[in-house]
Amino acid sequence: MKVQLVKLAHARSGDKGDTANIGLIALSDDIYPVLVREVTVERVKQHFKGICHGEIERFELPNLGALNFLLHESLGGGGTLSLMTDAQGKTFSTALLRMEIEVPDDLIP
Amino acid sequence: MKEKIRIAAGQGFWGDLPDAPVRQVEGGPIDYLMLDYLAEVTMSIMQKQKARDPNAGYARDFVPLMRRILPACVERGIKVTANAGGVNVRGCAGAVIDVARELGLSGKVRIGIVTGDDIMPRIDELLSRGVELRNMDTGEPLSTVRDRIQSANAYLGAWPIVEALKTGAQIVITGRATDTGLTLAPMIHEFGWPENDWNRLAAGTIAGHIIECGAQASGGNCQFEWRSIPNLADVGFPIVEASPDGTFVVTKHERTGGWVVIPGIKEQLVYEMGDPREYITPDCVADFTTIQLEYEGRDRVRVFGIEGRPATEFLKVSISYSAGFKAVGTLVYAWPDAYDKAQAADRILRRRLDRMGLKFDQILTEFVGASATHGPLAGPPPADAPEVQLRVGVRGQDRSAIERFTKEIAPLILTGPPAVTGFAGGRPKVEEIVAYWPALIPKEEITPSVEVLDA
Repeated sequence: MKVQLVKLAHARSGDKGDTANIGLIALSDDIYPVLVREVTVERVKQHFKGICHGEIERFELPNLGALNFLLHESLGGGGTLSLMTDAQGKTFSTALLRMEIEVPDDLIP
Repeated sequence: MKEKIRIAAGQGFWGDLPDAPVRQVEGGPIDYLMLDYLAEVTMSIMQKQKARDPNAGYARDFVPLMRRILPACVERGIKVTANAGGVNVRGCAGAVIDVARELGLSGKVRIGIVTGDDIMPRIDELLSRGVELRNMDTGEPLSTVRDRIQSANAYLGAWPIVEALKTGAQIVITGRATDTGLTLAPMIHEFGWPENDWNRLAAGTIAGHIIECGAQASGGNCQFEWRSIPNLADVGFPIVEASPDGTFVVTKHERTGGWVVIPGIKEQLVYEMGDPREYITPDCVADFTTIQLEYEGRDRVRVFGIEGRPATEFLKVSISYSAGFKAVGTLVYAWPDAYDKAQAADRILRRRLDRMGLKFDQILTEFVGASATHGPLAGPPPADAPEVQLRVGVRGQDRSAIERFTKEIAPLILTGPPAVTGFAGGRPKVEEIVAYWPALIPKEEITPSVEVLDA
């Protein structure tokens, strides 16, 4: 069934210039493979439509049960150039946690 | 050789809790206090301060802090590594020496200073020799902003700090040194790690990454079960207990608030992360996919298994340049129809700005309470929202256009939609934008210089 990521993972996000990074961390070991399968670059691109204007990269950290996403061209120029309230991308973490993904019923927390 | 050293983080950025370093010194045993003061744009602020006053240009908070903790540090042999020197390392060291003398500590404390990071006076010479200093993100050549540069500094790593410690420095003050180097250097110094022991250098670097943002590793800004985090009012800043084999434990002083838990350490590990296999510092390339975590008791997380690779042939350079002006104005609209009113006010404001023919590089409207952080993902705000803040920012090269914009916000109160407030602060301030230009420079171009002075 469909479950919102906020029930399956936690996250922290930050900035490097105009790029936001989001580290998405599974709440348990058996959820991590589900994140790998469901939270694809394509899904994240769709999710951040109108917010992220550049490429998206994804890296896997199986040792931490985490995925790291780089969302390029997302911070209104970044750093001091940005006019955004969240020029440092600190709330991109929970923005990602709004996403709903398909989860096997026996893994529902 | 010591079997274990305790390195305590006292500042996560310039402006962090002023009492945190004092609590680290007084709250329990530590061997080193690590203080990170320099964000990317801090150097340019300091450069400006130095231009006005040749004695300024460093983290001034560091001097009164040293007044508070230096006697305890001397008595208990606690060493300090701090990049508080900014663009005036010598001035900062001089002020600390004055404090030491006033405290009657003459002859009892040695101050190490690390310089050589400032390449501002060498920019033209470097460019003329073909060191391009292109923007790492955009690929643009530095010539596009050459006449607007305000500061230029190479990031130095751990080794010059190690040299200062070896020469007997108790307080090491640097300019633009990496935050991770401030933590790694004590480990290299105490454990005698060789220059090519990439795994252990990577371990010390990752220890530095974990504690460089202060309490973000011990319960601050922690999303995992945030309601359960105990007593953040008294949050204990993180401490690394390092061992000679490169493993370490992250902990905090007893009887402090916050927590050190594996989910919190994971959050900090992924913070500002790029490619996790390629965490590049002047000292090594650390591989974050090798990190293993386990509990070793309450508020104690053991970190092990870390692998690293040889450092690259380059140092990162941070260049700051003047990039125009900006201003942000806000007004608060109340129920009923708060969001509709804020949107109407924005339309009115924009029509007025258009009519004046003002040119901006960018104009951005946000509705705080509706969509400022999560944009369209938040969906429409509830129809009965108690209030919405209209927040309009402009940016451009022409200061007078930005000034003119700042005069258009308050009049909206008497000439726009009703039930509006929140303008007690006066007109928005026009800010000069100092932007950040990251670049790379071959290591052989930079020669760090280390000096140790007696107080």
